[in-house]
Amino acid sequence: MGKLFSKENQEVFCNPLNLNNPIAVQVLGICSALAVTSQLEPAIVMGLSVTVITAFSNVIISLIRKSIPNRIRIIVQLVVVAALVTIVSQILKAFAYDVSVQLSVYVGLIITNCILMGRLEAFAMQNGPWESFLDGIGNGLGYALILVIVGFVRELLGFGTLLGFQIVPDFCYEHGYMNNGMMTMPAMSLIIVGCVIWAHRAYNKEEK
Amino acid sequence: MAKKFICSQCGQTFEAASMPDKCPICGADASKITEVKSKGINTNGNVYTFCYAAVMVIIVAFLLAFISSALKPMQDANVARDTKNQILTSLNITGLSGEAIDNKYAEVITSELDEQGGKVFVATVNGVTKYVLPVKGRGLWGGLWGYISVNEDKQTVYGTYFDHESETAGLGARIKERWFQEQFNGKPIFNEDGDVVLTVVKKGNSKVETEIDGVTGATLTSNGVGAMVTEGLNAYKEFLNK
Repeated sequence: MGKLFSKENQEVFCNPLNLNNPIAVQVLGICSALAVTSQLEPAIVMGLSVTVITAFSNVIISLIRKSIPNRIRIIVQLVVVAALVTIVSQILKAFAYDVSVQLSVYVGLIITNCILMGRLEAFAMQNGPWESFLDGIGNGLGYALILVIVGFVRELLGFGTLLGFQIVPDFCYEHGYMNNGMMTMPAMSLIIVGCVIWAHRAYNKEEK
Repeated sequence: MAKKFICSQCGQTFEAASMPDKCPICGADASKITEVKSKGINTNGNVYTFCYAAVMVIIVAFLLAFISSALKPMQDANVARDTKNQILTSLNITGLSGEAIDNKYAEVITSELDEQGGKVFVATVNGVTKYVLPVKGRGLWGGLWGYISVNEDKQTVYGTYFDHESETAGLGARIKERWFQEQFNGKPIFNEDGDVVLTVVKKGNSKVETEIDGVTGATLTSNGVGAMVTEGLNAYKEFLNK
């Protein structure tokens, strides 16, 4: 167990959460961050889905990394990711139909998410399965973290709710408070992501 | 990593971390010993690349085909049950799951009619007859569909259900939520001239009873729902006026 959670492995897991965050530092996966963050719930679902898929595709690629021909490695990675996502969505459709209906929009977004390809290419191709698994989980959660922050701000200011429950009390509306319709537009999530990156870099200035 | 060596005096092979001073088997000195280079497969060759790609594609294709055909019956059953649930939702019967949906559906839906506009489901809710009309339309990114149930007089809406293929989560996808669908309940379908006028307009712009508030930030999807409702009901005009 000591080796499984060694200092290096802890770093592999923790770095993507903060210092090497996939969105804030690597600037990967921005497009899906725009698409699913207008409310908190889809942001959470998308974050968890990407975490699971990144972890398992990382493990698979890591297991076969030595046999992959260098010239077609991107194609191999894409096939693994696409096959994995398709299989998971098929199984969900058969055994957890409600979940699959909710996730259906995200399936395409997961396959084309640059975080997956980025981590496969940058990490899983050089490292063992366990480290790759940790890296996948870490990066997925780092991605989910930013999505949740953006989704939180957008749902609160755009709809006055969180996870569908009304947060802004009625008397605010009666006294002229209005939901900010701009927040529901994809453009605002870019601005919020920008603010998050700004705050993150300002905070981590000394450590770099 | 242990390396493999061969001694030319005794012909034996053995493993060692680095070049030994003498053969551990016959004692011949280092000049007789040579390292055996393992012949790994060249993973960058053309033949290997082609074979790898072919094998990978075949494995993945078989895997997907197998999983798809093995799970098909269960998926079809789920889809069929979900359709029933959608029809029940349009009759304001919600919150069911599993077997309960099948039972309730069998209890509520009494017959199916083939009318000019398409299929019509005849339902009996609490002893009152309702008609469920399926409608189809276009959203912003993909197809929309829905079920509109009308009261026995065929002049007002009893309930609705809308669904979508790929509208934006959190925006257009909200047409699936009940608060949007329930806005239609009890609304008249026709104006005084007998034209179908029930539709969806931008939120806050509705002036008459037949104009329903759309979803904020999803104007195009809302317009799609409006067109689907108007055109869909128009196709059933003959049935509705009967």
